[in-house]
Amino acid sequence: MRQDHLISAAHLSREDIEAVLDRAAEIDDDTAAFRQRHAGKVLGLCFFEPSTRTRMSFDTAMKRLGGQTVDMGPVESSSVKKGETLADTVRVVEGYADALVLRHPSEGAATMAAEFVDIPLVNAGDGAGQHPSQTLLDLYTIRENAGLDDLTIGIMGDLKYGRTVHSLAGALTNFDVSQHFISPESLRLPRNVRYDLHAAGAQVKEHTQLDDVLPELDVLYVTRIQRERFPDENEYRKVAGQYQIDAETLEAATDDLTVMHPLPRVDEISPDIDDTDHATYFEQAHNGIPVRMALLDILLSQADD
Amino acid sequence: MTDDHQLRVSKIQNGTVIDHVAAGQALNVLAILGIDATSGEAVSVGMNVPSDRLGRKDIVKVEGRELSQSEVDVLSLIAPAASINIVRDYDVVEKNRVVRPDIVTGIISCPNRNCITNADEPITSRFTVLSDGVRCDYCESIVREDEVAANLDVN
Ligand SMILES: [Zn+2]
Repeated sequence: MRQDHLISAAHLSREDIEAVLDRAAEIDDDTAAFRQRHAGKVLGLCFFEPSTRTRMSFDTAMKRLGGQTVDMGPVESSSVKKGETLADTVRVVEGYADALVLRHPSEGAATMAAEFVDIPLVNAGDGAGQHPSQTLLDLYTIRENAGLDDLTIGIMGDLKYGRTVHSLAGALTNFDVSQHFISPESLRLPRNVRYDLHAAGAQVKEHTQLDDVLPELDVLYVTRIQRERFPDENEYRKVAGQYQIDAETLEAATDDLTVMHPLPRVDEISPDIDDTDHATYFEQAHNGIPVRMALLDILLSQADD
Repeated sequence: MTDDHQLRVSKIQNGTVIDHVAAGQALNVLAILGIDATSGEAVSVGMNVPSDRLGRKDIVKVEGRELSQSEVDVLSLIAPAASINIVRDYDVVEKNRVVRPDIVTGIISCPNRNCITNADEPITSRFTVLSDGVRCDYCESIVREDEVAANLDVN
């Protein structure tokens, strides 16, 4: 990878992405071969907002590479609570670790943190900004199930605030992918994401109804529409209800449709889809381990050189 | 340059004359310079002055003050035709056109309230200049050219 850190999927070239996905495939084939790869190395976990799942995933990935993790613990019990800046926190934790994983509620936090440390830093989510390790595991899952070229994907739900969507849409412009965006009018892609997609020469095809495109899709990527995006409960129920899918919805889809979701889901994908061949979201979640192992392996090995 | 023009821009003793500012932008120029009633500099502002080049223009003269590079950079975004005249002892000793920079630091604050640059961190805002606006290097928010003036970090 040309990057010392992983801050934004937008920084990744096709070669960078393929390097991580290829390494993840190697790990998937023979995890044991990587068991001692980073013995003696320590990964610092700095989570400024709760995200048990992502934290566990990085923790497991590092341990399966033979390394260890140190966790700053919940914000409530840390120095942050006493008013320490993020810039100070990461500089202190840098002394304890060989690489850092950062989750923070403010957009741009990882970009800033990377300016203060010399060890590799992975952005594990910055507000409504980026979540590039999620994107890599999404890409890995797409590649395994549908291939990354000559692909038609529909991305549905909260496209305005959904950081997984922003990262994924940008990364997909490296491949021969036709992207459809399906959302309520009020939750369409934000200006900067739209700008990047246009700059990358991608066509932005937007829809308010899934029916319009469902039969064409190879992959349907569903995200949650959150209650707090709406002024009242009624409005939320009315809108969100239109973006929930069940087995009946998918009768209009091709048999090969791959349905993905970054999880956790609430009610946007009905459990009656779980037993169909479409359901790929649990596989997607499991892919977090080999992909994060691959990412850490590459960043830590680069830092050694 | 007409004599009349020369006269108009050199009437301060020492300081800076910002000429050929697009009509209506003079107050934004003052905002970029951080000048208000409390800042103490002697300032004179001409608005809607007839101009050969712009039809109508604004002009700002600040006594006893030269501009920083950051100030000139942001100025170039809202007044791309501006010229900056440094005056010493009533003479224009230096005259420069503003040049559109690749990056601007400080002066503009990110409109995204949730951006890390708006938190209490030891960093200055930094924007990459696009063809029709600027983009926050931290949160990637885009500020269109016509929105820059509304996002000046006026203290
Ligand atoms: Zn910002």
